[in-house]
Amino acid sequence: MTLPILALLATLLLALGVVGALAGSRPAALGGAALCAIGAVTVLLYLIAGAAPAGLTLPLGLPGQSTALALDGVSGFFALLLLTAGTAASAVALEDHGPADTAPALPVFLGAMLFTLLAADAVSLVAGFELMSLASLILVLTNHRDAHVRAAGLLYYGMAALGGLCLIVALALLAGHGTGFAAMRKAPPDGFQAALVLGLVLIGAGSKAGLAPLHLWLPPAHAAAPSHVSALMSGAMTKVAVYVMIRVLFDLCGPAQPLWWGLPLLAMGLASAVIGALRANMETDIKAILACSTIENVGLVTIGLGLALAARAADLSALTALALGAALLHAMAHGLFKAMLFLGAGAIQHATGTRRMDRLGGLITPMPFTAFALLLGAACLAGLPPGAGFAGEWMLFQSVIAAVRIGGLGLQIIVCVLAAGLALAMALAAAAGLRLVGVALLGRPRSPEAAAAHEAGPPTRWAFLGLGGVVVLIGLVPGAVLSLAGPALRGLANADLGLRAGLLGVSPHDQGPGYAPLGLALLIVLAALLVLAVQRIWAVAGHRVGPAWDCGFGAAPAWQPHGDPRTQYGAASLAQPLRRVLATALLFATERVDMPPPGDTRPAAYSARLHDPAEVLLFAPLGHLRARLSGFADRVQFLTVRQTLSVIFAALVGFLGLIALLEQL
Amino acid sequence: MSALAGLLALLLHLALMIAAAPVLTGLIRRAKARMTGRRGPPLLQPWRDLAKLLRKQPVVAAGTSWLLRAAPAAALSATLAACALVPSFALGMSTAGGSDLFALAGLLALSRASVVLAAMDTGTAFGGIGASRELAFAVFAEPALVLVIFSLALMAGTTNLDAIAGLVGSGALGLRVSMALALVALGAVAVAETGRIPVDNPATHLELTMVHEAMVLEYSGRHLAMIELAAALRLLLWLSLLAALFAPFGLATATGATVLWVPAMLVWLAKIAALGVVLAGFETLRAKMRVFRVPEFLGLALLLGLLAAIFLFVSQGFA
Repeated sequence: MTLPILALLATLLLALGVVGALAGSRPAALGGAALCAIGAVTVLLYLIAGAAPAGLTLPLGLPGQSTALALDGVSGFFALLLLTAGTAASAVALEDHGPADTAPALPVFLGAMLFTLLAADAVSLVAGFELMSLASLILVLTNHRDAHVRAAGLLYYGMAALGGLCLIVALALLAGHGTGFAAMRKAPPDGFQAALVLGLVLIGAGSKAGLAPLHLWLPPAHAAAPSHVSALMSGAMTKVAVYVMIRVLFDLCGPAQPLWWGLPLLAMGLASAVIGALRANMETDIKAILACSTIENVGLVTIGLGLALAARAADLSALTALALGAALLHAMAHGLFKAMLFLGAGAIQHATGTRRMDRLGGLITPMPFTAFALLLGAACLAGLPPGAGFAGEWMLFQSVIAAVRIGGLGLQIIVCVLAAGLALAMALAAAAGLRLVGVALLGRPRSPEAAAAHEAGPPTRWAFLGLGGVVVLIGLVPGAVLSLAGPALRGLANADLGLRAGLLGVSPHDQGPGYAPLGLALLIVLAALLVLAVQRIWAVAGHRVGPAWDCGFGAAPAWQPHGDPRTQYGAASLAQPLRRVLATALLFATERVDMPPPGDTRPAAYSARLHDPAEVLLFAPLGHLRARLSGFADRVQFLTVRQTLSVIFAALVGFLGLIALLEQL
Repeated sequence: MSALAGLLALLLHLALMIAAAPVLTGLIRRAKARMTGRRGPPLLQPWRDLAKLLRKQPVVAAGTSWLLRAAPAAALSATLAACALVPSFALGMSTAGGSDLFALAGLLALSRASVVLAAMDTGTAFGGIGASRELAFAVFAEPALVLVIFSLALMAGTTNLDAIAGLVGSGALGLRVSMALALVALGAVAVAETGRIPVDNPATHLELTMVHEAMVLEYSGRHLAMIELAAALRLLLWLSLLAALFAPFGLATATGATVLWVPAMLVWLAKIAALGVVLAGFETLRAKMRVFRVPEFLGLALLLGLLAAIFLFVSQGFA
């Protein structure tokens, strides 16, 4: 019964776009929130009830073809994430203050994502995926009068077109016996064809998910889009792309794929994790930081998928379930806390009119609710226990440790490097999370706008409350999320976590100790009570307020009530040690200090630049190649008549020769 | 009965840790003073300082938020919770099932995050410089720490500290090259995490060289007392961790005879005192290194951790 309801909801969401175009943005947002909330509850009940697979064929679609829809544990799990984030984002859209022209695209975006999750044939999947790209592109271009936004939209469009193209070819390769998923499962690809499918899916879905080296569009596009849209793109759309990867690589390609299939996922995942986390420490735009952190987290999820693929090829079903469970748990946690962070960033942007960290600061006092949501989100982003980010990362580490049993010395050394790289990425993410809240929320205001900020409106606060509650629950009871993922794990790995995931904690073995977040939280609370009691009994109560000591620097002058903003550490200075040590090697960062000699009165100048390795190593050479090819094409275009005729003649002879040669074979 | 014994052992352990932590700081200060030809303060001086600080009303910097005032308690609570996970004299305390090494690292990170955020909340340049460096050091220390945990987990089959200590103590793992490499790597991480020479100088008076002290410059009164106690506990925790992982002899079990707890406590105190004197000697012989040399120092630890794991692969095969 759940599938028809969800199909109806997807249709209604798509129809809501038309309603929104006619009736305005408010009904569209309100309707979207209501439909998503209904859907989320329905899917939750479906997953709790055991997620029995269901199918539905609609007599609609291309001429002579029907549309097949299906729902199982995997799509249900991702639908739950999508609809939960969608409820919050639609609620916040109610108080969106930007241009309203693109608002009808929001329910269409949600409906397209839901449709992609429900699709059970190649045509529907591609249709949903492309509609999702199109709707999100329209939403990204909301503030299209800004040249940066247009540039970001163009980059996003190019990546989406490339991804869509690759995905279509990959599915076409699989659809030898029919476009339905059932027909594809019966004829899994092998050999060269399977490798091609893997590569194309990694480009097709990976570009949408933000996997390195196809991650370049995320920071500008997420920064350009309205914040509730960024929340959905980062929280839900990248996860829909992950779902497509899972659906094709785990399900449609069958279980008989070789062990090396996991390696490209591990390599891309690790590269995304490290580069995303490092860039998150370098960016100075709050939404670009969050987008870079999305790259990192998608990388972590992909590493889990890669380990699961390798483990499944080695017939280690318990490890497959552990790694896949880690990926699913982290996808759910990240989708929700990242949505909350983006909504918080939107509240900041609305309250101060800027996203630049160098113009923020001290927002914790005027924006207590937003600050609390951001602190909670940053704690999850930083992977601090017992937050929602830690449980998935913990399981991922356990899978990495267990993965040494998959293969020989080569793979073991890869796993070893993976462990160190994962730790580096997580530590960088922690630094990025603390830098984000530390600069934006704490300290002194760096601009008059930040000093005069105001709190977000009621819909945003409700969204914070809802998402925050769910995020805290995920952190404290990761076993509950894993039990919701149980049907998916049974379907994909032929094993579930069984005794390894319970109410009290998660463990890598059926019996034995593990990670117990509830116990840990209890321990921290008891310790805090002890500390407070001791303080109450023995310490002098109250406090006095005085100027900051600051090693004896004087108080700020009267005309600068918050002091000189330049005397406070900011976004760039906080990142300086990491930039010098890591980013020079990994991000081609350069620093230029222009210090005039004594006697010269011109001001000293400092500039730091960095380039993403994907840009330097992949896209810049590709751009040069394109320029050279087009130069060559130009020359062909302006040949004289004689030269053109000889080229045509040579081509004719060449083709005839080729045909003669092929006849011989 | 055994649950009660586990709880009793845990409470005793915590009381012992809290009581011993400032004394350990005093011991190291006195040992360093003796090695450099001074007399040094009495062992109980840190306790007296804490008592004095509790009697003073704190002065809070203007323009700061609730976070600055809440951070010391948060840091101390997280450190205390972490202390509850590291066995001192007895294995099998009530927290043994949750004493996961990653969770332990996470709790220490939680404590660090509170102090770092509070430093940024002061809005001063010194808070910022300390926070910036602390975050960078953590980024370099974490991979080395994880590789050590990785090697230990490969040998013991679990990341549970209590179980690993039990296995090493029972002699089931034997003497290994990997253990020695892991010990050196973890030692380097411990030095960085506790802010000791050569990474940071806990007794510095020159602001530009400070990391941890720069972050807590604005604290006074009970807030400073909590920060100081948390720092002392952190040091004791790391030394206990090293002792539990690499020298787990003379440990009692919570379920065993209670009479054995007393000698086990004495053995633990002796181990910690010995490690403290070694640390004091190391600090006397070394100078603090430049900030940008620290990544190299921790990179060496990372390399040793990697070697420890690779030695295991080569010697044991695993697959």
